[in-house]
Amino acid sequence: MSGIRKLLIANRGEIAVRIIRAARDLGIRTVQVVSEADQDMLAARLADEVRVIGPAPAPKSYLDVERILQALRDSGADAVHPGYGFLSENADFARRVAEMGVIFCGPDADTIDRMGDKVNARTAALAAGVPVVPGSDGRIADLDSAVAVAEQIGYPVMVKAAAGGGGRGIRIAQTREELIATVPTAMAEARAGFGDDGLYIEAFIQKARHIEVQILGDGNRAVHLFERECSLQRRRQKVWEEAPAALLPETVRQELCASAVRLAEEVGYRGAGTLEYLYDMQREAFYFIEMNTRIQVEHPVTEMITGVDLLREMLLIAGGAPLSLRQDDIRCTGHAIEVRLNAENPERHFFPAPGVIETLTLPGGPGVRFDTGVYPGYKVPPYYDSLLGKLIVWDSSRDGALNRMAGALSELDIGPGPSTASLHRALVQDPDVRAGAVSTLWLEDWLKARAEAAALAKSA
Amino acid sequence: MSLQTIEAPLPGILYHKPSPDAEPFKTPGDAVAVGDTLALIEVMKSFMPVEAELAGTFKGYSAADGESIEPGAPVCEIEQA
Repeated sequence: MSGIRKLLIANRGEIAVRIIRAARDLGIRTVQVVSEADQDMLAARLADEVRVIGPAPAPKSYLDVERILQALRDSGADAVHPGYGFLSENADFARRVAEMGVIFCGPDADTIDRMGDKVNARTAALAAGVPVVPGSDGRIADLDSAVAVAEQIGYPVMVKAAAGGGGRGIRIAQTREELIATVPTAMAEARAGFGDDGLYIEAFIQKARHIEVQILGDGNRAVHLFERECSLQRRRQKVWEEAPAALLPETVRQELCASAVRLAEEVGYRGAGTLEYLYDMQREAFYFIEMNTRIQVEHPVTEMITGVDLLREMLLIAGGAPLSLRQDDIRCTGHAIEVRLNAENPERHFFPAPGVIETLTLPGGPGVRFDTGVYPGYKVPPYYDSLLGKLIVWDSSRDGALNRMAGALSELDIGPGPSTASLHRALVQDPDVRAGAVSTLWLEDWLKARAEAAALAKSA
Repeated sequence: MSLQTIEAPLPGILYHKPSPDAEPFKTPGDAVAVGDTLALIEVMKSFMPVEAELAGTFKGYSAADGESIEPGAPVCEIEQA
């Protein structure tokens, strides 16, 4: 039993369906808000009530705090689940919901504010004894102190403009000589580009894997549900996710997961959250980078290896229950893989492909799961992200899971428009993917090499 | 001289401007050269430029800035040179 009676879902697509199913299992009534363009989506068919809140563009519907609050008042819902994206990490929204006396299924607004800010999150991590990317403590005073910091953390290092951001104002130094040559230029560039010549130094992690730890907390106590690996990314968007991480030494895994629990307890975390880390394959060390204070797209791989229904736990905790799980109850069994099926054309630079789904033939059998918000005859609107669904497989070993994924992808038929299923059919056969020998740069390099090979074949 | 209607190649949200605070790509009376960007269509969080395939004089947008648009719907009109 949950302390929630009626839940409003402030999201769309596959995650809205996932939340409705979790609520239904707990006997909670559901209210689905929709834009004018989403009245036919699967979640709208499954919910007990549907409320149209605004026009198609998200700023006038799913991102409009006032319209969602109005729907909450009108529906009499006593809780809201924000899903991922949209308002899920909007502290102002969480605060306004709480002020109405309605339950926000997530941490409180102050925690969202605190962990959403990279500097504050880094400070919290240091306080909890969680490693962060090593670097200078704030700005470097001069060239001598830059060299001293670099010698301490080891080369290569990144020289970053304090006022830069989004990848701008970053230089790499492989050696002491390069650093000495780089610092004066970087200072001049920072002054010219950002009006501030402040620089700081961080370890440059060349071969990084993206590893993240799922946690659940009730405000007093937290548990981890092991890690996921999401190193296969394109333009910083995850494409393929696994649990547990392949090739991670067991001692590192234990330290990593324990560090996530420490940080969650340090901030009194309540709800489901994910701590993202970079794992440096050369230094064999992990570093906390940021926390996501919401459910994530790739949560099913964790559910498959632990047997824990994360959405159900979120709803129970939000309803006021203490954490039902003890750390010793949570076991990691086998291996799970998720692939994201996007309405994009991998053969044409991932060009978006909205339109009607005419064919949807799904794979089945043991250890196969498909989470989606679409159905045959549904017209995928052009206004939102391109995620059509997620194919998730589990087996007792990683090799078994890879084989099962290959089989499931061969059964899957989504059409007539293009999707990223064709990309995944190629990836699942790739020797590097099968060996787990990937980093966050691997997929972009692979796509580039593949495009060049295709161009060559065409001209030959 | 003939009036040409430029149609949306994709469904999505039409934008007259490269960013919310910027000037529109074209205002009535502006010269249009082949390859000029006339508008953007946001489709699944990607922004696709609508480019001129003919030269002439810009006459005006046929759909409002920020409005959703279907493939084949008029985006703007150009008086062909």
